[in-house]
Amino acid sequence: MEKMPKWADVVLIPIISLLLATILSAIVILAIGENPVEAVNLMVTGALGSTYGWGYTLYYATNFIFTGLAVAVAFHARLFNIGGEGQAMLGGLGVAIVCLSVPWPHWTIALLAACAASMIFGAAWAAIPAYLQAKRGSHIVITTIMFNFIAAAFLNYMLVNVMRPQGSQDPATARFPEAVHLPTFQSMFSSAENIVFRGAPANISFFVAILACIVVWALIWRTRLGYEIRAYGHSETGAVYAGISPVRITIIAMLISGALAGMMAINNVMGEAERLVLNSTEGAGFIGIAVALMGRSHPFGVFLAAILFGFLYQGGAELALWTSIPRELIVVIQALVILFTGALDNMVRMPLEKIFLSFRKGAE
Amino acid sequence: MEFFVTLIQVLDSTVRLATPLLLACLAGLYSERAGIFDIGLEGKMLMAAFFSAAIAAVTGSVWLGLLAGIGASLVLSALHGLASITFRGNQLISGVAINFLASGMTVLIAQSWFQQGGRTPSLFGGGRFEPINFPFAEALEGVPFIGPIYSELLSGHSILVYVAFLFVPLTWWILFRTRFGLRLRAVGENPAAVDTAGVSVVGLRFAAVAICGILCGIAGAYLATALQAGFVKEMTAGRGFIALAALIFAKWRPWHAMWACLLFGLLQAIALRFQNIDLGGVVIPVQVMDALPYILTVVILAGFVGKAIPPRAGGEPYVKER
Repeated sequence: MEKMPKWADVVLIPIISLLLATILSAIVILAIGENPVEAVNLMVTGALGSTYGWGYTLYYATNFIFTGLAVAVAFHARLFNIGGEGQAMLGGLGVAIVCLSVPWPHWTIALLAACAASMIFGAAWAAIPAYLQAKRGSHIVITTIMFNFIAAAFLNYMLVNVMRPQGSQDPATARFPEAVHLPTFQSMFSSAENIVFRGAPANISFFVAILACIVVWALIWRTRLGYEIRAYGHSETGAVYAGISPVRITIIAMLISGALAGMMAINNVMGEAERLVLNSTEGAGFIGIAVALMGRSHPFGVFLAAILFGFLYQGGAELALWTSIPRELIVVIQALVILFTGALDNMVRMPLEKIFLSFRKGAE
Repeated sequence: MEFFVTLIQVLDSTVRLATPLLLACLAGLYSERAGIFDIGLEGKMLMAAFFSAAIAAVTGSVWLGLLAGIGASLVLSALHGLASITFRGNQLISGVAINFLASGMTVLIAQSWFQQGGRTPSLFGGGRFEPINFPFAEALEGVPFIGPIYSELLSGHSILVYVAFLFVPLTWWILFRTRFGLRLRAVGENPAAVDTAGVSVVGLRFAAVAICGILCGIAGAYLATALQAGFVKEMTAGRGFIALAALIFAKWRPWHAMWACLLFGLLQAIALRFQNIDLGGVVIPVQVMDALPYILTVVILAGFVGKAIPPRAGGEPYVKER
């Protein structure tokens, strides 16, 4: 017997957790001597009050959709992929190599090639931890953490020693050629008399991200492989009994996860920076954890949670601009969301289950 | 002779750099031996580093700073315990949350208290741990070989360095020669058996998490008040994760943990002193030195050089009745 109706599990618990995180964040803002109501006002007008703000919000959200989906797919196989950050870095390397080495005639073909490259590079970076988990029993969390650091050192080496153009001091690649610049929202939605999204980095990859959500949904709930992944995540022994190979599922789930994290690079590297810089991922790989937890590992939930975090990111930047609240407030909010929706899940769940059970008893 | 002087200097800085790793590594050792995974070592160190520097800067007393650092780290430990022991949540997710919480809160509070862009004022005088010079250190400096080893390498560190290294035999003794240690290890392997024997699993695990908090607190305080003079944003720089790597490298044993931390400290010291290392034509880039602890850990985890088997009940919340 289910202790709670499904809607309570899917909607009520995340909302209560979010509410708790919000209340604590408000207390933090109060404690550092600022007004939380004013802060929220500033964040809303800054992130949602103009097409410019929306352009940034959706740009950040695009990153978080990819990394959130990456963590979510791994969660379905009960694997915790903390390596999204490193996989996204490597995805960026793949995009940079593709964009710089081939004279692409048009951005559409370049985008397809960049998608493929970012997926391959991201998946490759997830492949070694996946293999070690599946075959040698090394804990995937530890190996993916280690691979984040190795990726950072590797990227540093590539940018400083290999890919930096001659005469440049900056540890970054050359700018990508004009032909591979992706259309931004400004060029897509502006008319001659009404320019919208002016200067904002949101670009066509946002729609690729939405497409990725749909594909992941179909994969997890409408294919045989998705069924096997979910079965393995629910019960390893059950899955083995049903003839599902743990090695195969672990490796495939991690490859998909790494590919999704890598794909983030089409947004931040190809769409925004138009070259590969150090620390291009800016922690988006870790925000994927919060996004996946809040979105309950469902692509639609991930989409909504990614928009919320996009809003927080852009709103936080505006706050840092206009008040003395530093941008790190967002990191605190992110931590609280992870804490309440992830680690302290039972704190919210246990009392709720009691309430629902007592309701049910009353009805009988 | 010049080579010898360089060697002593590198080893000296190895000891300094290994100290925070060692403290954090031993902290993780207690926690993980009791079955609580802790990837929040980094966050606890960072929080302790900030509060120790902040309180030392305000009061001028480094000892009060140390206490504040330990206190701050203990608060995060309590949070980890609450999430992973009381509410049986996911220990890894809780650790991730703690790392972010520390990374954000330290800058937020630092900005609010000191308005210096997320750092504390520089510490001086009584606000820092001063080096302790052994007796006759200066007199013996001229003696060949033994002199530099005694006066440079062994003498002249802050008290926390000696404390850290004393914790190695102490930890060994506690874990392997006391009743508490036996129970602590048992609770990490088979909590049900400990419970059947009438010993509180929750109590033991909270005790282990608290010890972990204290040691992380000392590690953080060492970073901000002895190794450097004040707190700067993200000053732990991945040391919590290197400590975690050392813990796996050492296969959860105290003496091995010391050697692993010294090895990783040596790598850091070399990377700090020589940027790119030229080995007769083959240049090892500095990034390889940065990544080496992590690469070594992955190799160890892969089981190619002896298998690292974690405590069996690690990461599993204990449910008394199913």
